[in-house]
Amino acid sequence: MKIAEDDGMPIEVLLVEDSPGDVRLTQEAFREYSKPVRLHLATDGVEAMAFLRHEGAYVNAPRPDLILLDLNLPRMDGREVLALIKKDQSLKIIPTIILTTSDDEADVMISYQLQANCYLRKPAHWDAFDGLVRSINAFWLTRAKLPQQIPNA
Amino acid sequence: MNRIVLLVEDSPGDVRLTREAFRDADPQIDLRIAVDGVEAMAYLRQEGVHIDAPRPDFILLDLNLPKMDGREVLAHIKEDDDLKTIPTVILTTSDAEADIVTSYKLQANCYLSKPVQLEEFESLVKSINDFWLTRVKLPQQALSN
Repeated sequence: MKIAEDDGMPIEVLLVEDSPGDVRLTQEAFREYSKPVRLHLATDGVEAMAFLRHEGAYVNAPRPDLILLDLNLPRMDGREVLALIKKDQSLKIIPTIILTTSDDEADVMISYQLQANCYLRKPAHWDAFDGLVRSINAFWLTRAKLPQQIPNA
Repeated sequence: MNRIVLLVEDSPGDVRLTREAFRDADPQIDLRIAVDGVEAMAYLRQEGVHIDAPRPDFILLDLNLPKMDGREVLAHIKEDDDLKTIPTVILTTSDAEADIVTSYKLQANCYLSKPVQLEEFESLVKSINDFWLTRVKLPQQALSN
């Protein structure tokens, strides 16, 4: 009998993304991953902050282990979401990866200034997009040590 | 463009392993070494013999270092408006949850623990090269200095 390599706890990932096509591609790439990943979706910045703060419909939302954040979002954009996450003593330790179509050097710089953990540019082609999501899985969910869930941080 | 990587590491064995692994992954990488925290900060602030030191694109930082430890170096980097944009990844033997949480609180870009096996160490350095120095978009060199 095969013993699972992980400790059984799924990895909780929050994807903040308004493009249905990109959501679908990301979901598919995660589904093929060897460890159990629960992908949660917020389609704009206001929803992302409600999820992270357990507000409204998200009162029982799990704390994510990793956040994938688009920059250009309706209602509240990704730069503002990133700034709010990194100013919050409890949320700031959650690795937050920018995943965006923007190649603008000013966006790269402001993201690192706001302490994004890393900046990745969405490739236009499906194969390359899939490869990028796999590399996120391989690096962040396998190699990197993520902080454990801490209820009262 | 040649990537400049600053490795802050006091163990000569780990420096050698990292250097060889980067050379195998990409011989173009310009690896600079600081053997303690004080030297790392002098390098980054271009002080003393480091006056002409080029700004690194990426920093690999051990936590347990002589003179000034890695937590303090990390805090200095991330409090400095000019230096804070340089992705700084912790690479340490410590697996302690307190070190992981402290490092992310101080805004380390990522935390990696050093494998003890040689092949795994090489494979980790290769994955750092593949992800951080290939996939990730790093900020351009600041023009200010």
